[in-house]
Amino acid sequence: MKNEKLNQAYKAYVEARIPKTKPWPSLFNSFWVGGLICLLGQGVNELLLYLFPNMAEQSAWAWTLIVLIFLASFLTAIGVYDKIGKFAGGGSIVPITGFSNSITSPAIEFKHEGVVYGTCVKMFTIAGPVIVTGIVSSVIVGIIYYIVGLV
Amino acid sequence: MQTIELRNRPKIIGSYSIVGPKEGKGPFGKYFDYVMKDDRLGEKTYEQTECKMLELAITGAVQNAGLMISDINLLLAGDLLNQIISSSYAARAFNMPYLGLFGACSTMAESLAIGAILVNGEHFKNVACATGSHFSTAERQFRFPLELGCQRVPTSQWTVTGSGASIVSLDGNGPVISMVTFGKVIDLGINDVNNMGAAMAPAAADTLSSHFEDTKTKPEDYDLILTGDLGKLGSEILVDLMEAKGFKLGKNYSDCGHSYYTRNQDTMCGGSGCGASATVLNSYIVKKMKQRIFKKVLFLPTGALMSTTASQQGETIPGVCHAIVLEAEE
Repeated sequence: MKNEKLNQAYKAYVEARIPKTKPWPSLFNSFWVGGLICLLGQGVNELLLYLFPNMAEQSAWAWTLIVLIFLASFLTAIGVYDKIGKFAGGGSIVPITGFSNSITSPAIEFKHEGVVYGTCVKMFTIAGPVIVTGIVSSVIVGIIYYIVGLV
Repeated sequence: MQTIELRNRPKIIGSYSIVGPKEGKGPFGKYFDYVMKDDRLGEKTYEQTECKMLELAITGAVQNAGLMISDINLLLAGDLLNQIISSSYAARAFNMPYLGLFGACSTMAESLAIGAILVNGEHFKNVACATGSHFSTAERQFRFPLELGCQRVPTSQWTVTGSGASIVSLDGNGPVISMVTFGKVIDLGINDVNNMGAAMAPAAADTLSSHFEDTKTKPEDYDLILTGDLGKLGSEILVDLMEAKGFKLGKNYSDCGHSYYTRNQDTMCGGSGCGASATVLNSYIVKKMKQRIFKKVLFLPTGALMSTTASQQGETIPGVCHAIVLEAEE
């Protein structure tokens, strides 16, 4: 028994009652934590170039990403990154550390289902859609780039 | 008529509640029979912990009733996990007939209602009714991995780690189950899985108003009207919905989930899960009724009957609500 009209009225009523998140404090925390993570990345990069003067800039960036990914995975494993995420929201989700957290956390969570069916299968449940979107959009951009080049 | 009167007056002669450490720090903390030191009980997985909690609750309730496991003739239990594994796996430990129930978070009332009817009809002498939930098993089944750094939305609720069990019988002492009202499945089109309170409130309103009409009673006739896990938002919606139906819920209305945690325990709209209503009923309510502080209680937990698959396919969330009337012994 579905009553569409009643449903719409109820949904509108619920929508009006839902407590709203305050955008400004969330944005502020997100901004400064996200900024701090970027600053950390820059710091690691500068340090690498300082310690290894012969290192090519490209490889220094690759090493910086590896260090950040490792740190985030480590913080996830010791149960710290979820607390940062709860406080900072997008600030700690958007940087590569968030990506690392989204792969490590299901890998830990599902280890009881075994290495193959647990960790390996579930590892990309959260990061998977992000990777797919990235690849698909890069293909589309590539095609547009090619067509624009022909004209 | 959705309401049945139980003339032989079946009673809750034994009850037991076991909760996790966070729940133990909440307002009901001192009423629970057993507060776990950690959320694992020495088990390897959280699913095994949830199962173990149910076993302990059932054993505890049987002891509380002054009975032996062999005196129990039937076990009615259910939980939130796929194929209700916690209940069925817990039932392995007991050598007794078992009926698995799924009423989501309404399972405590569903099991007590069915148990009371079976006892009232003298088909079974002693029936055990149990349910439970665990925060970490619910999170992984319905939401995200525990260590994922994301924020909870303001309408979300915190699944209670806890399990409760009752023994229903005609012989013995305890609150009487005088009436039961079975609820219809109601769906008003809410599809936000982070807003269960709003999805289930219409089911509670339907069962509650049917109960009042069937029994010709009013909200004031009860010392306490207690829903399960509507949470802050859901219970506010229920008050509004009931007002629209012409029933004014006053100070004698409360929700287990809404009052389950303190404000700084950071649970947004409050507690949820089968364990919320099961542990409050089998500790606080039963104890206060034995002291005759509450003489007549209407207990009506609600359940959201969705699955992750249905939700991902865009289905809305159906709700259900069953009610039982508890009366303190004369």
